[in-house]
Amino acid sequence: MNQYPLWKNLLILGVILGALLLAVPNLFSQDPSIEITAARGSEVTEASLAEVRAALETADVPVKDIETREGGKLLVRFASSGAQLAGQDAIERALSERYRTALTLSADLPGWVRFLGLNPMSMGLDLRGGIHVVIDVDMEAALDQALERYVGDIRTELRDRKIRYLTVAREGSRILIKFNDAAMRDDAQRALNNEFRDLDIQPLDEGGDFVIAASLPPAQQEEVRSFALQQNITTLRNRVNALGVAEPSIARQGDRRIVVQLPGAQDPGRLKELLGATATLEYRLVDTEHSVADALDGRVPVGSRLYRERDGTPILLNRRVIVTGDQITDASAGFDSQSGSPAVFVNLDGQGARRMRDVTTENVGKPMAVVFIENVTTTEVVDGEAVKRTRKVEEVISVATIREPFGRRFQTTGLDSSNEAHNLALLLRSGALAAPIQIVEERTIGPSLGQDNIDQGFLSVMIGLGLVLVFMALYYRVFGLVANVVLVVNLVMIVAILSMLQATLTLPGIAGIVLTVGMAVDANVLIYERIREEIRNGSTPQASIHAGFDKALSTIVDANVTTLIAAVVLFSFGTGPIKGFAVTLFIGILTSMFTAIFGSRAVINLIYGGRRVKKLAI
Amino acid sequence: MRDLSVINELNIDFMGIRRPAVILSGVVLLLCILAMVIRGFNLGLDFTGGTVLEVGYQNPAELSDVRTALEAKGFTGATVQHFGTRSDVLIRLAPEAGEEASAELSDSVFQALSEAVGGQVELRRVEFVGPQVGEELREQGGLAVLFALIGILVYVALRFEWRFAVGAVVAIVHDVIFTVGMFALFQIPFDLTVLAAVLAVIGYSLNDTIVIFDRIRENFRRMRKGTVIDITNVSINQTLSRTVVTSGTTLLVLIALYIFGGEALNGFSLALIIGVVVGTYSTIFVATAAVILLGVSRADLLPVPKEGAEAGSSLP
Repeated sequence: MNQYPLWKNLLILGVILGALLLAVPNLFSQDPSIEITAARGSEVTEASLAEVRAALETADVPVKDIETREGGKLLVRFASSGAQLAGQDAIERALSERYRTALTLSADLPGWVRFLGLNPMSMGLDLRGGIHVVIDVDMEAALDQALERYVGDIRTELRDRKIRYLTVAREGSRILIKFNDAAMRDDAQRALNNEFRDLDIQPLDEGGDFVIAASLPPAQQEEVRSFALQQNITTLRNRVNALGVAEPSIARQGDRRIVVQLPGAQDPGRLKELLGATATLEYRLVDTEHSVADALDGRVPVGSRLYRERDGTPILLNRRVIVTGDQITDASAGFDSQSGSPAVFVNLDGQGARRMRDVTTENVGKPMAVVFIENVTTTEVVDGEAVKRTRKVEEVISVATIREPFGRRFQTTGLDSSNEAHNLALLLRSGALAAPIQIVEERTIGPSLGQDNIDQGFLSVMIGLGLVLVFMALYYRVFGLVANVVLVVNLVMIVAILSMLQATLTLPGIAGIVLTVGMAVDANVLIYERIREEIRNGSTPQASIHAGFDKALSTIVDANVTTLIAAVVLFSFGTGPIKGFAVTLFIGILTSMFTAIFGSRAVINLIYGGRRVKKLAI
Repeated sequence: MRDLSVINELNIDFMGIRRPAVILSGVVLLLCILAMVIRGFNLGLDFTGGTVLEVGYQNPAELSDVRTALEAKGFTGATVQHFGTRSDVLIRLAPEAGEEASAELSDSVFQALSEAVGGQVELRRVEFVGPQVGEELREQGGLAVLFALIGILVYVALRFEWRFAVGAVVAIVHDVIFTVGMFALFQIPFDLTVLAAVLAVIGYSLNDTIVIFDRIRENFRRMRKGTVIDITNVSINQTLSRTVVTSGTTLLVLIALYIFGGEALNGFSLALIIGVVVGTYSTIFVATAAVILLGVSRADLLPVPKEGAEAGSSLP
C-alpha cells in the first residue's frame, strides 16, 4: 500500500530536476554592466576592446570583465553600480564619438548554461531601475490631419479637372465643398467618387447652396487610427534605439496607448523630451525679389511666406519647399570644419537628392534658408480645466549662399548648441510622429532603489520561508520535514517557470511569491490534518495516509480553483504592478498543488510505503 | 511541540453564538461603511493622478528645507514627508498643484531640489499618473472586484449549491468591507498594490470558506443524525486546527513581509494581514451562519450517491 509505480516517481523526479535546471541561471550574480555598440559609421572590433579597457584604466574605474557579444557589442561588467556609472562616464568622455553606451544588468552565466539557452528571471523596472512611460496618441488629431490631407487632394483634383468650386473646407468630421450650380456639383461628385473611393461622398442641400459633404466611413477612420498608432510605435522605437538603451520595450496597449519601458535609463528628462519631440527641417529658397518691408505691412507676395530668424529678423521665403524632413534618410551631428559651430550632416533619399541638385544648379549664387520646425505643446488652464495646445514653431536657423550645386549629402549649421544638433539629428533619423502624443503615466525607479527593493524582497521571502519551515518541522515532525522539502521545491518551481516564460518579476510579484509560500503550506496542512483525524478514528497508519490524501484532494482542488479565478481576474484587469502579482500568484497556486498532491505523496510513499508501520511521526 | 491536540478535542458551539457574532459583524461593518463615507479614502497617486517623487539625500534632510526649496521655485501645495529613513523624502504633488500638470513636472521639481543642495541628492523614484489614467484605474479596480465575485459565485454554485455560493460571497463582501474600512478609518494610503491585496484577500478568504463548506457537504452525506446546526458545528470543529495552522503560517510570512519588505509593500502586507484575520473569522461565523440562515437542508446536498465513503470510519 502507498506505493507509487516507478514511472510516477521518475516523472516527478524528472519534473523537479527540470525545474532545478531552469532555475539554475538565477544563482549567478547579476552584474551592473555597460553594453557598448558602435555609433553610426564605426564598428566594434578587437581593437575596441583594448580601447575601452584603456579608457577605463585611465579613469581608474575597476572592471570585473570585458567580453565581446554577438551582434557587434561589447559588454563591460562591474562589481557595483557606482563603478558602472563611473565607467559609463569614462567611456562617454573618451570614446563617445564612435561608441554608444547603455546601462544594463547582465547575469554572469557560465558557458554551459548559455549553451543550453537558459536565462534568469527578467527583473521588472521596479527591481532593476528604469523608466516606464505610458503614451497616449491623439487619435482625434490623427483624423483631423487625414481630413486636412483630403481637403488638399480634393482641391487639386477639382482644379486638374477644371471643375470650378467656391470653397473646400473641413467642418468637424466632414469636408464641405460648395459650388455655384447643380450641374457643377454633379460633375464634381462623379469625379470625386471615382478618385476617392474610400470617402463617403453625399450631395447636401443646405439653404439653396450646392454642397457636397465628404466624410470618412468608420472602417476608414479605424484604418487611419491604427496606422497612426503603428507609425508612432515605429518612430518611437527608432528614437529609443538611437538613444542606445539596452533591452527597450515598446508595446501597444489598448486602442490608443503605447507603453515604453527602458531599463536602467539614467536621464528621464531628456528621454521624455525626445519621445515627444517633433522637430524637423525644411529647405527653401529665399525670395530676394520682393521687399520684406511690404510683406510686414501685410502685402505678402503670392508664392512667398514670411518667416522669422532666431533673432527675430523677418525674412521672405519661397512657398515651394525644396526638400522636407521626410526625404532625409540619415542625419548625424558634428561640427562645421571651418567655423567649428555645431552642425547636422544630412543625407537625402534619391528623389530629394535629385531635386536638391536641380534647384541648387539653377540657383548658384542665391541664398537658401533652412527652416527648423517644432511642435511645442503647452498646457493652459481654461475654466479650471487643463487644455493642451500644440503650436507649430517655424524658425529660420540658417541662410547661406549656394556656392556650388550639391545633392545627396550636405551640412546645416545655425543650431544653438551641440546638444540641439544631437537631438535634431536623432529626430531626423527616426522619422516624424504620425499624430501628436502625450505622456499620461510615468514610473521611474532609480537604480539604487531597485537594488534596495531586490534586497528587501529577498530578505522577506527568506525570513517568511524560514519561519514557516521551523513551524512545520516542529508541528508535524517527519511529515513537516516532508512538507518543507516540498515547499522549497515549490519555490524552485516558481522561479523555474518564471525563468522559462521570461515573465517579468516585479516587487508585487515577490509579494505574490511570499503569499504563495504561506498558502502553499495549506494543501499540506489539509492533508496532514486529515491523516491525524483518520488516526484518531482508529485507522491503521497506512490506511490513514491513503485516506488523508484521498479525502483532502477535492478540498484542495476546490479551494485552489477559486483562488485561481481571483488570480485570472487580477491578471486580466490589472495593469503593471497588479499583473506582476497575479502572474506569480497564478504560477504559485499551480506549482503548490502539484508539489503538495504529488510531490509530498511521493516522498511520504518512499518513507512509509510498502512496509508495516506501527506509528506515524505526525 | 505535540500537535495542538487541545484544538482537536475542543468542541466549541460556534453556531450557538452565531447571532451575537452576526450582530457584532453588522455593527463593525456599519462603522466601516460610516468611516468610508465620512472620512473617505486616502487614495494613492494611482487613483487620483498626480506626481510623486522619492529622493534620497546624502545626509538626513529637514523637511522644512525641502519645502522652502520647492516654494522658492513656485511649487506650492506639495506634500513633503520622510519615507523610511530620515534622508529619504517623498514629495507628492496633486494634479492641480503644478501648472504644467504633465510628465515634465517631475523634472523641474527635481531640478529645484538638486539646485538647493548643490546636487547632493539622488532621484530614487518618480511616478506620474495623468488624471484620465487615474480614473481608468479606479474603474478597472472596481470592475476587477466585481468580476472576481461573479466568477467565484458561479464556481461555488456549480460545485456546491446556491446557498453556499451566496454564503461565500457574503463572507467575501464582509471581508472586503472590513479591510477597506480599516484603510478609510485610519487613513492609510490606498494604492494599486493595496487593491491587489484586497483581491488576494478575496482569494484567501474564499479558500478558507471552501474548506469548511467541503467538510459540511461531506458530513451532510455521511452523518444520518444531527441537525443542520450540529453538523455545521462538527464541521467547523473538525477543520479548526487546519484553519488555525494555515492562518498562522500565512500570517507569519505576511508579518515578515510587513517588517522586512520595505516601505513600498507596507500597505500591501497590512491589507493582507487584516484580511487574513478577518477572513478566518468570517469563514467560521459569517459564511456558515449565512448558509444556515438561507435554510440549507440535508436534502440539498445529497443528490449524488457517492460510492460508500469509507463506511467503516463514517462517524467522527
